[in-house]
Amino acid sequence: MTETTRSYEHPGITDPVADERAPGTLAFAKPTIAAAAATATVGKPAGSDSPPATVDLAKELAEAGVEDVLRELDEELIGLAPVKTRIREIAALLLVERVRRKLGLSSEAPTLHMSFTGNPGTGKTTVALRMAHILHRLGFVRKGHLVSVTRDDLVGQYIGHTAPKTKEILKKAMGGVLFIDEAYYLYRAENERDYGQEAIEILLQVMENQREDLVVILAGYADRMEKFFSSNPGFRSRIAHHIDFPDYDEGELLEIGEMILAKQNYKLSASGREALERYITARKLLPHFSNARSIRNALDRARLRQANRIVRSAGGATITADDLMTIEAPDLLASRVFGQQAAAGSPLSDESEETFD
Amino acid sequence: MRLTQGCFSFLPDLTDAQIRAQAQYCIDNGWAVNLEFTDDPHPRNTYWEMWGLPMFDIKDAAAVMMELAECRKVYGDRYIRLSGFDSTHGWESVRLSFLVNRPANEPGFKLVRQEMEGRSVRYTTQAYETDRPEGQRYR
Repeated sequence: MTETTRSYEHPGITDPVADERAPGTLAFAKPTIAAAAATATVGKPAGSDSPPATVDLAKELAEAGVEDVLRELDEELIGLAPVKTRIREIAALLLVERVRRKLGLSSEAPTLHMSFTGNPGTGKTTVALRMAHILHRLGFVRKGHLVSVTRDDLVGQYIGHTAPKTKEILKKAMGGVLFIDEAYYLYRAENERDYGQEAIEILLQVMENQREDLVVILAGYADRMEKFFSSNPGFRSRIAHHIDFPDYDEGELLEIGEMILAKQNYKLSASGREALERYITARKLLPHFSNARSIRNALDRARLRQANRIVRSAGGATITADDLMTIEAPDLLASRVFGQQAAAGSPLSDESEETFD
Repeated sequence: MRLTQGCFSFLPDLTDAQIRAQAQYCIDNGWAVNLEFTDDPHPRNTYWEMWGLPMFDIKDAAAVMMELAECRKVYGDRYIRLSGFDSTHGWESVRLSFLVNRPANEPGFKLVRQEMEGRSVRYTTQAYETDRPEGQRYR
């Protein structure tokens, strides 16, 4: 796949002010709700007697258990401040919607279909999974599972193959969230007889008619999604939330790297940490950089080299648990990225991603 | 004559909400949900035609209801039944089956007598509608 969005810069995430603001916006669960709880105790809606007149919003929130999911989201996902803010907003909206329903203030099922745009490795799938949890906790999807598909799973090989295939997937996703990765591949402008169009039509129909049965999340690179939406206006109007995933900055990538290692019971030595910092800076300049995914690949390679180093150096000596856990600078510095950096300026675009890790 | 078969045969026809609840029960038990239809509803005819494939990898009854709506659109003038198949070892059979659709007009069954040797008589039942070929019944 060609990288067309290299130059795509996101203002929100590299801005330190935005980062500092993040903890404040994260506090949606506490202060905002407390304030809202006071205002939520409005008088009973006119004309209805049976539903309760007041609702304790804080209690609702606790009952839904959304706070836990949101806290996890904050703790386990680094950066992504605009995304988190947006998810909190959606969660707040859904909570209010739920309370409104309890008070008998009838309203239609809200449109919850979303589109996630952003560069590779910015956490779209991970957030989609959390989104499914949030929607489930708030009772907007019944089961809360995520079905992740691409074009291959929806579009058939021959005439009459597409509809059953798409329906099969839709059936599987009922009661949960359908996540369509790289959704723009569904529509191929250059081939008007492409079966993707059929899948799109079925999708649109279900998105419209069975809104309470499933939520569709489309994901992909920002510019191509834009093109996809402009050639399929039906999609744009059926999607309520467009969320943009910013690229990570160096500091965040370092944090992500350390988190990945910590999860696998590894750690960086002081020099190793410095090496990773240098690696990230160097890697970002090279083509095919895919954010957190590149870091994960780099660390996988580093583990390989670390294992090799330990096996070779151990000889007869005993090794400690600490040795087995620590990634040293040489494990990272052996990467070809540093060699490539010297030759920067030479065309590298025909190289595959693995070459650099 | 109102035909009754399978579970809940002693009850009035289930509403869609009730069908959905039963389908969800099947799914929650891990049974594959099947839709079958026929225009030969003789009680000994166990071989109904399947609508689509068994639904064994779904999580929510909404999928069943979607298929049922499609099936009714095409075969609304026939009998449709929903069954739950339990594939676990030792069971491997249908655990639940009930009618979810019936034709508007049900003429019922006639009694056929066959005279045998020695004045003995054999009895059998036959649906009036099965006199006509398949696909042209219950019109």
